[in-house]
Amino acid sequence: MNIIVTIKQVPDTNDVRIDPITGTLIREGVPSIVNPEDRHAVELGLSLRDEAGGGKVTVISMGPPQAEVALRQVLAMGADEAVLLSDRAFAGADTLATACTLYHAVKKIGVFDLIICGRQAIDGDTAQVGPQLAEFLNIPQVTYSVGARLENSKTLLVKRMTDVGFQTIAVPLPALVTCLKEANRPRIPTLRGCMDAYRERPFHVWDASYIGAPVDDIGLRGSPTQVRRTFQPSPRGNGFLLTGDAQDCVLRLVGLIHERGLV
Amino acid sequence: MITFKLTPEQELIRASAREFAETHILPIAGELDEKQEFSRELTSKIAKQGYMGIIVPREYGGAGADVMTYCLIIEEISRACAAQSVTMSLTNSLVAGPIINFGSDEQKKKYLPPLARGEKLCCFALTEPNAGSDSANQETTAVLDGDEWILNGTKIFISNGGVADFAIVIASTDRAAKIRGLTAFIVEKGTPGFTVGVKENKLGIRASNTAELVFQNCRIPKANIIGGPGRGFRIAMDTLDGGRVGVGAQGVGIARAAFEAALKYARERKQFGSPLIDFQGLAHKLVEMQMEIETARLLTWKAAWLKDQKKRYAKDAAMAKLYGSEMATRVCHAAIQIHGGYGFIKDYPVERFYRDARITELYEGTSEIQRMVIASHVLK
Repeated sequence: MNIIVTIKQVPDTNDVRIDPITGTLIREGVPSIVNPEDRHAVELGLSLRDEAGGGKVTVISMGPPQAEVALRQVLAMGADEAVLLSDRAFAGADTLATACTLYHAVKKIGVFDLIICGRQAIDGDTAQVGPQLAEFLNIPQVTYSVGARLENSKTLLVKRMTDVGFQTIAVPLPALVTCLKEANRPRIPTLRGCMDAYRERPFHVWDASYIGAPVDDIGLRGSPTQVRRTFQPSPRGNGFLLTGDAQDCVLRLVGLIHERGLV
Repeated sequence: MITFKLTPEQELIRASAREFAETHILPIAGELDEKQEFSRELTSKIAKQGYMGIIVPREYGGAGADVMTYCLIIEEISRACAAQSVTMSLTNSLVAGPIINFGSDEQKKKYLPPLARGEKLCCFALTEPNAGSDSANQETTAVLDGDEWILNGTKIFISNGGVADFAIVIASTDRAAKIRGLTAFIVEKGTPGFTVGVKENKLGIRASNTAELVFQNCRIPKANIIGGPGRGFRIAMDTLDGGRVGVGAQGVGIARAAFEAALKYARERKQFGSPLIDFQGLAHKLVEMQMEIETARLLTWKAAWLKDQKKRYAKDAAMAKLYGSEMATRVCHAAIQIHGGYGFIKDYPVERFYRDARITELYEGTSEIQRMVIASHVLK
């Protein structure tokens, strides 16, 4: 089974501060990590490959040269091959231009059965790139998945989480799946995995011309999105926990609701 | 050329070891210490990460990594639980080390792969009731009888002793020849006459098994001698030199855990209306701790680098071990002091770090022995 997993290197937002004047991220000194849900996507890809009894997981990322570190990290988890899409022409891309770039890279890779993406990146929270990539490729997509298994070589059963419960969808392959962190626990790279990631696994760097991406469709030029304003949401205030036996807690809760005039 | 920057591969190895330790070791370290429990399940997880065969060549199922990498991983594991790093240290440096360096091809093929995979545990038996710092004074003897050696004696304070599937045992095969009459044997569990005696109840590294080994007319095949008769002392000393680099890394890991706990506490705890960290006396104490940790790490890395470069490193290993271990005790002591009374109770982890640190000044040569070793190099 040939699986492509898209990943993104993001600043660790646990460690991030926002410039109070410009409203932008202060990136200096903030460590970069693999976007957390993308690690779950890689894990899903690895387990499906192993369940299928063979095949290949190719990890792919668009980013600056230093995004190599993120790709090596998921190679260390057990992915077979990595592609870094790096070119100044890709810079400033919104989700559409990113999806378009990934589309051309996927075309370049050629044959695949499944693409897995993390639901969304913690630095943008858009959850758009996966679905847009599926649209570019004109393949079915299943979003918000928490697990998947092969029904047969042509069909994948994907369990997805919705606001009202779980749904299981049988999707014909090739398809694209976006994945939530509830899907699995990503494996921690072993020592050999780390060493092989740097020494053994094929690693490619592709630019815009190599993947045949038209310059008007990628990077800033291919990005219709315009950011009007970024802002920090106002803090929600402190919550507190009522503890004790249930009956007592309910009574106190009702008392508080009345006291604060919430009903 | 001197460089203080780790390679991206080393950074990844370190980050992975940290994540593994925080996910699988740290949450249960306190409980294992309290129960004095050697966890086979955890040992098996550590082996699956490849941490039992770090320095074992790939052809024998290990990762084939260098000593520097070994130190990075030992530091991260020790930061979560020093006892687990003891098991790793035994497997990698005290047992796999001598088999790699002095063993026959048959011994390497037979013993290294199951060690690296974590299927077999092992121990290194040198210390005896009357052979502690005076390790040459071996009273365990082996006498040749046909194609077998007959082993008699008692070993004490043997890390992993009660759980090991085989032991490297140093014994005298020629008392008159003194240190040149010492020989290293591989003794497998189940060999008639080989029993495990008392399991020690220890101050620290309580999740590591420490036991007495008793040999009564144990018949050992000739093929189980490592490096030939009379090579035992050289093998033991060479092995301990290597082990000391790892003990330096252990000290750094334990001290780092104590420093991080103390820093967190000093930021959160308020007295006289201010966080402790705002009191200059305590802030300076934290600075001293951090400076000592970095110093010990540099000594350790230097010794590891020398060993990786196949240069002489015995003096540097002794320095890394001596400074790293005494530093760990000092830093843990300071960490408890910063915690005040809370540092003395088991609700906080620093008391465990303090107890664990203490062993690093004792095993693989006491601090006094390290000073003797260093003196033999620098005072000549």
